Amino acid sequence: MAKQAKADYEACQGYANCVMGAEDYFDLDDDGKVVLLASEVPESDEPRVAEAARSCPVSALWLEDS
Amino acid sequence: MSGTVIVGASVAGVRTAQALRSQGYSGAITIVDAEEEWPYDKPALSKSFLSGQSHRDSLELISKTEAASLEIELLLGTRAIGLDVAEKLLEVDRCVPIAYDSLVIATGGRARPSPWGQPEGVHVLRTLDDARKLHNDLSPGAHLAVVGAGFIGAEVASTARAANVEVTLIDPLPYPMSRVMTPEVGDWFSRLHEAHGVTTRFGVGVESIDGGRGNFALKLTDGTEVRSDSVLVGIGSMPNDEWLTDSGLLIDNGVLCDEFCRAIQTEGIYVAGDAARLMDQQTGPSVRLEHWTNAVEQAKTVAHNIVNPGDAQIHQSVEYVWSDQYDWRIQVAGRPSHDLDQVTHGDPFVQGRAAAIFVKGGALRGAVVVNWPRVLIEARKAIARKWTAQELNDRIESLTQSVSITSKD
Repeated sequence: MAKQAKADYEACQGYANCVMGAEDYFDLDDDGKVVLLASEVPESDEPRVAEAARSCPVSALWLEDS
Repeated sequence: MSGTVIVGASVAGVRTAQALRSQGYSGAITIVDAEEEWPYDKPALSKSFLSGQSHRDSLELISKTEAASLEIELLLGTRAIGLDVAEKLLEVDRCVPIAYDSLVIATGGRARPSPWGQPEGVHVLRTLDDARKLHNDLSPGAHLAVVGAGFIGAEVASTARAANVEVTLIDPLPYPMSRVMTPEVGDWFSRLHEAHGVTTRFGVGVESIDGGRGNFALKLTDGTEVRSDSVLVGIGSMPNDEWLTDSGLLIDNGVLCDEFCRAIQTEGIYVAGDAARLMDQQTGPSVRLEHWTNAVEQAKTVAHNIVNPGDAQIHQSVEYVWSDQYDWRIQVAGRPSHDLDQVTHGDPFVQGRAAAIFVKGGALRGAVVVNWPRVLIEARKAIARKWTAQELNDRIESLTQSVSITSKD
């Protein structure tokens, strides 16, 4: 089942590790806040997107069951 | 089935365990660590945890619920003391040796101890316990001497100033973070500390530290003296690899590993994080990186290679570190160095943001970015994709243009 990518925009500090891990799912805006490019994560992308989320130094990203 | 045993509940160790599960690993996973503390993350120890703004809970690398649901077993307070490679056994101080199919060495590093002695009131900063002790000495009006203006020293100086602690920052090199900065960029950071009321003593070393808490006297190499209530010694770190001395693994200031993060000349033994010395086939000499992001990326590679031994992945990562000092977010990508040419964009004291691009013979080597997230992303991508320095500089120029047009609207 597909999962949802979620972000805590307050926590995000613009470190950009998520963008490097999965730039088709994450970007930063001009203020350095994360932008979710797609919130639905199909199973085939899950390991890659989960690891990109876990590479956030402030744990501002996670995947949830949709 | 003995499964995977991970030595070290560091970010490298915990992220390896999580990545193993998300890549479908079904064997047992055990993490062994000498500390009794539930696994914690370290970047905040010199910043928000040191200042008291963030709490112990927010440092958890994994929740107890997640560890339970992923069936990751933690043996805390258990020190690895040796390795029997032939029998595939990890020797620990608390119980019988632990059998493994795959072993991950993620024992990280520790603070280089003070060569001037470490009585009460002389601190190093690496562990949660270190941070708690240093925090107790940061009372308003107290005077802290910081020896070493690398990342740790510079961050502690910043945190201490925010707590109204008087700070003297001492380093034998002429400017802060000099391993990665040119004099011009280094000057930004000298001025940053001075602008926030830090007394800087760059270009002089420490000869001795005498006295005790509340009354230290640091004798400097130019004959002057600095008095302080407490001292932080931030002079780098050392890998925790001594426990492997008799294992037969190749050790040289870190455990030597190949581009697949496998310990050299072994089977089923992997290394991740600060304890890993990577033999880099392309750049020549081996490197031991002490970066959070590198640890996380090595963890990912190690997990992949344990799960897919027939389709092993090479560890490829663009080096990246960040540092929060005062109101600056400083981000370093690639491998800037004091002996490279450099192009700067912006001025952190004028526009509040800046980037320095480091170049050798037209080739892009690294970037130092202050308060400019878009440029940081471009720089990390450019280095990963091996753009020329010119391509990155043009890209930054176009970002600068578009920003100035937007601001006129």
